[in-house]
Amino acid sequence: MTFINYASREINCKIVYYGPGLCGKTTNLQHIYDSTAAQAKGKLISLATETDRTLFFDFMPLELGTVRGFKTRFHLYTVPGQVFYEASRKLILKGVDGVVFVADSQEERMDANIESLYNLEENLRTYGYELMKLPYVLQLNKRDLPNVVPANDLAVELQRKGEPVVEAVASTGVGVFDTLKAVAKQVLTELRKS
Amino acid sequence: MANSPILIREQRYHQIKAVLARLRLDASARLVVLVDKDGQQIAVHGELGELDTTSLASLAAGNVAATGGMAKLIGEREFPTLSHEGERESIHISVIGRVLLLVVFDDRSSLGLVKLRSKQVSQEIARTFAEIERDSQQSSGEGSLPFGEITDEEIDSLFSQP
Repeated sequence: MTFINYASREINCKIVYYGPGLCGKTTNLQHIYDSTAAQAKGKLISLATETDRTLFFDFMPLELGTVRGFKTRFHLYTVPGQVFYEASRKLILKGVDGVVFVADSQEERMDANIESLYNLEENLRTYGYELMKLPYVLQLNKRDLPNVVPANDLAVELQRKGEPVVEAVASTGVGVFDTLKAVAKQVLTELRKS
Repeated sequence: MANSPILIREQRYHQIKAVLARLRLDASARLVVLVDKDGQQIAVHGELGELDTTSLASLAAGNVAATGGMAKLIGEREFPTLSHEGERESIHISVIGRVLLLVVFDDRSSLGLVKLRSKQVSQEIARTFAEIERDSQQSSGEGSLPFGEITDEEIDSLFSQP
């Protein structure tokens, strides 16, 4: 749910990174955090287990700049990927303005991608959202690994509505900002229609 | 988009700030924050110091969402208040419709006083927020947002700086 505060001249939007376990959602956020100037970001909060698996969510606020005199602030969240964190994953989607689906390009993770995407659509539906109507980007991550499915085949399997598809290697930052830009642009474009 | 944006006009914002200021005084609290259930900070009043209120807002919403999930598992609709007591600082959260009223207090106050004062302002906050939601629906229907004419170039320019 976008918040527009006329007194503080701010627009606040919520973007959620979704995807199967170990697909690189937190790595996306970590790269954005590491590459952003201190004045444009807040703390990166990570509610993780001792082995660094996201337990509840990661969160970071990011300020992009000013549009029509309003500061645009994006609140970036990741969900826990593992199947058994279903309850907390669902909670994070509440009030979402845009979604990034981070797919793991490795052959053996294809089923996990499909299951997670199905799960995303289901969870959105419980809040009355339709993936087809939401700002949405598909990121094909881990393109540097040897056993990856060709990008076209992945897109055929995972693309839902002609959304932007970004090839990425989040661990080195490739495609990370392109993904963020693609989703943020759609969120701001939606504001035009409101 | 799934929901139309929430618009907080200056007058409503100042109304909310005034309620928070009064609550802070009456409850002898350190800080009072109004947060949307989705984790967005709406307004804050009090001794901020170095406190990262954006993170506090996001974590408070996560906290309420998680305990709300637990409530449903045991057959409750939600837990309307949550309290966390620390050695020096404590937090009390009241769920008021779609917003959360978060009070940070220390030994200058007490949980009982904070609970009482929070309850006393909750109706006023609920009423103001209902007005904000009504304003938002009317405004978005009129197409009067300042962003109706944002150009692609303006959006692109946000990303031109590294």
